Amino acid sequence: MIVALTIMVYVLAVILIIAALFAVKQKDLLLAVIGTSAISVVLSIFFYILQAPDVALTEAAIGVALSTIIFVITIKKTERYEE
Amino acid sequence: MRKVLAVFLLGIMGFYLFSSFSEIPFGENRATVGDYYLENTVLQTGSVNTITSIVVSYRGFDTLGEVTVLFLASTGLAAILFDNKGRKRRRQHASLIVRVGAHLIYPLIILLGAYVFIHGHLTPGGGFQGGAIIATGVLLMFMSYRSFEVSHKWLTYLESFAGISFVTIGLSGLIWGESFLQNILPLGVPNELFSAGVIPIIYIAVGIKVGAELTGLLDNLLKTIK
Repeated sequence: MIVALTIMVYVLAVILIIAALFAVKQKDLLLAVIGTSAISVVLSIFFYILQAPDVALTEAAIGVALSTIIFVITIKKTERYEE
Repeated sequence: MRKVLAVFLLGIMGFYLFSSFSEIPFGENRATVGDYYLENTVLQTGSVNTITSIVVSYRGFDTLGEVTVLFLASTGLAAILFDNKGRKRRRQHASLIVRVGAHLIYPLIILLGAYVFIHGHLTPGGGFQGGAIIATGVLLMFMSYRSFEVSHKWLTYLESFAGISFVTIGLSGLIWGESFLQNILPLGVPNELFSAGVIPIIYIAVGIKVGAELTGLLDNLLKTIK
């Protein structure tokens, strides 16, 4: 059980780093926003593993849905591709 | 000359940082206030969820400040985005699968949000989380049905009602108790829905307020898209 949890934490950490690099390096800003929301998903699982379910709920609702839609509206009103 | 001055200022900063941080012993838990909360929270507030008891009871005044900040933010955004023309979102529906799925899942999301803030003193979550979940559900309907409308008049009524009831509960603590936001209702049996005095009532008010504010904010933002 403990071993499975440890492996899961490592896998999630690798996904977190890959998603963060993707969000920084991507020139298409819409895909970069999807990257940041993927970071939020993994972070909320991390908060749940670290026994902070309240923070996990907040991160899941605000980080994944609400901040993503605000970024998407901003991209819609400005430019989609980074120079 | 400027470099010498910068080095001098950095030296002063470094000296004071070192002298204040070298007093703190390394690798020792000096924060004992958490233990106090864990031991006394159920006896003093009747709330099983320690975080809720801290957010609403011990630090209730800070929560009132946070709610006020959110209210000011949404009001400011509405003021910036305001124009006199009756704005409407573009009337274009999503695909059939998205529409049917959204229609099925929308009441369940609203129910989950209401559950999270009504049971804030028993299970993880509370007013802010529940309100954000409700706003997410309304956002799903906004995205799938472009003709889905919310009445801003009712949102304003809900928001004002929730804010006024929060302040009224606080003032009644001042009248019948000793301090602002004091728990004046009986605490009841822990782990039951009707327990913890005024904590669930305050969290329901916060949940309604946050849900209404975030919904209005999203509607204002989505209406700016041409």
